[in-house]
Amino acid sequence: MRNSATVFAWRPDRNTTSGIVLRSLFGEPPVAVATCVCLLLVAIALLAPWIAPQNPYDLAALNLVDGRLPPGARGVNGHLYLLGSDALGRDMFAAMMYGLRISLGVGLLSGVFAMSLGTTLGLVAAYFGGRVDTLVMRAVDLMLGFPTILVALMMLAILGQGVDKVILALVVVQWAYFARTVRAVAAVERRKEYMEAAFCLGLSHRRALFSQLLPNCLPPVIVIALVQIAAAISAEATLSFLGIGLPVTQPSLGLLIANGYQQLIAGFYWISVFPGLLLLVLVFSMNIVGDSLREALNPRLQK
Amino acid sequence: MIAFIIRRLIQSIGVLLLTSVLVFCGVFAIGDPIAILVPADATPAEIAQAVQSLGLDRPLWQQYLHFIGRALHGDLGRSFVFNQPSIPLILERLPATLELACVALVLALIVGLPLGLIAGLKAGSVLDRTVMTGSILGFSLPNFWQGIMLVLIFSVTLGWLPSAGRGQPGILFGIHTSLATWDGLRHLLLPALNLSLFKMSLVTRLTRAGVRETLPLDYVKFARAKGLRERRVIFVHVLKNILIPIVTVVGMEFGSLIAFATVTETIFAWPGVGKLIIDSITKLDRPVIVAYLLIVVAMFTLLNLLVDIIYSLLDPRVRLEAV
Repeated sequence: MRNSATVFAWRPDRNTTSGIVLRSLFGEPPVAVATCVCLLLVAIALLAPWIAPQNPYDLAALNLVDGRLPPGARGVNGHLYLLGSDALGRDMFAAMMYGLRISLGVGLLSGVFAMSLGTTLGLVAAYFGGRVDTLVMRAVDLMLGFPTILVALMMLAILGQGVDKVILALVVVQWAYFARTVRAVAAVERRKEYMEAAFCLGLSHRRALFSQLLPNCLPPVIVIALVQIAAAISAEATLSFLGIGLPVTQPSLGLLIANGYQQLIAGFYWISVFPGLLLLVLVFSMNIVGDSLREALNPRLQK
Repeated sequence: MIAFIIRRLIQSIGVLLLTSVLVFCGVFAIGDPIAILVPADATPAEIAQAVQSLGLDRPLWQQYLHFIGRALHGDLGRSFVFNQPSIPLILERLPATLELACVALVLALIVGLPLGLIAGLKAGSVLDRTVMTGSILGFSLPNFWQGIMLVLIFSVTLGWLPSAGRGQPGILFGIHTSLATWDGLRHLLLPALNLSLFKMSLVTRLTRAGVRETLPLDYVKFARAKGLRERRVIFVHVLKNILIPIVTVVGMEFGSLIAFATVTETIFAWPGVGKLIIDSITKLDRPVIVAYLLIVVAMFTLLNLLVDIIYSLLDPRVRLEAV
């Protein structure tokens, strides 16, 4: 008779990297739940236009009579407003799906750009050392010395509103975290024998950097990427809530919350509260998964 | 010691100059300075006069020197919206923000220190786990969302506290402050709580970690072996030693409180600099934006400098490392 616990608990091989990653993602029940939530939310974001009960930005589909309906109410033509509707009669459930799409999109894009820039600078700093290293690390220290929100505020005050500008501001805020992490790893890797072999073979700097050094510095980068994307989503929501982030034509979760805030005082709590809860679940579960990955892939803890 | 301070001072001035170059390039060089600095309904003669008085016909480095020169004289242009000089406009609103930040910091210490102490002393207990889980929540709740919840619970649902404004500030020791009147205190509580929740979690975690580190040390064991009362061991011997890192971190975090006050002030319509800068950005009131950025960065740099100097006084090892 097999113990039911061993049937349900998944135990992939603990020796391969993919085994370690899978174990850290699904091994413990709370983390497994967070992983599933993340995957589900990404799926919803990708499929939003096809699975949403309404296109919230097609003005023809909206009915002003259905404005500010409480959760679970039915509209005049029988449409079920699962999570209520906003002042324009927009189905909040559908608006949140579209908002999730934009929030995740902006977070992912800025995360990936920040990762590319930070990783490159960190690698270059560790590889060349000397003055280049000092210059890059001084810039990193300077960036990390100021609070995220202040730097983003500064950038947006100078650049103005827009999706591209928000992404640029988030990249400027976040590249330093990647650069610091990569430099620390690369400084160790650079002294290893395979790098010496690369020098002896006379590889060009570019090949030595990107085909030899980079692959060996990637695991920690990928780990902090998840946490940084969560931070980017949270920062974008904050900036959009303040009214200086995304324009109204790109209603992310932060903008939905901001729009609902004016109605909140009057008692229409659902317009603001549900998008907020979704944002919270998204950021929280990404952080849990990221932390679990970090612990699993931390080289100090592996041996 | 003096060499260390001088070196840090030079670094700080470097940071300030760098910021001023960035702000200058951003606002004056990339965009069209005339469109930015002259009201939209200006006549061609006014524009020509502005070009000359701003020195836009001169090379960029000369323009920058001119800009810095005016900034050092406290002249960063007039606000379009308020039609008054931008620097006094900001200084006028600064006390409200500083008051909010100070109260938030005190709140964080009053709540965070005891919670961290209890959690550290009773590590592994249910109480400890509750406090630690709570602090994780305090970390991951986005600041603005947490503020909205405070408004929803305490203003909308329960109706206990007002959700917006500063109330009627009174005068205490010659300063206008919300702390002097009951109405002011009622208005202050929610924004201060909103701003301090994150720092509360931080202080709690720092204190707990400090207690866990200090308890097994020899001098604590010795104090106990001497037969000192437990209360004296904890409040004098343990607490005194863990306070050093906490005070330092708290000092550094004060700057970020002022930055995060933008969010809190927007939610609670608090009439401070944070709300002013958000309004100015949405209304494209550039002179105010420039003045805010320079003043806040200067304050921030000064604060970092002070913290570094205090820290090097408390812990001489830092001076040798920071070369």
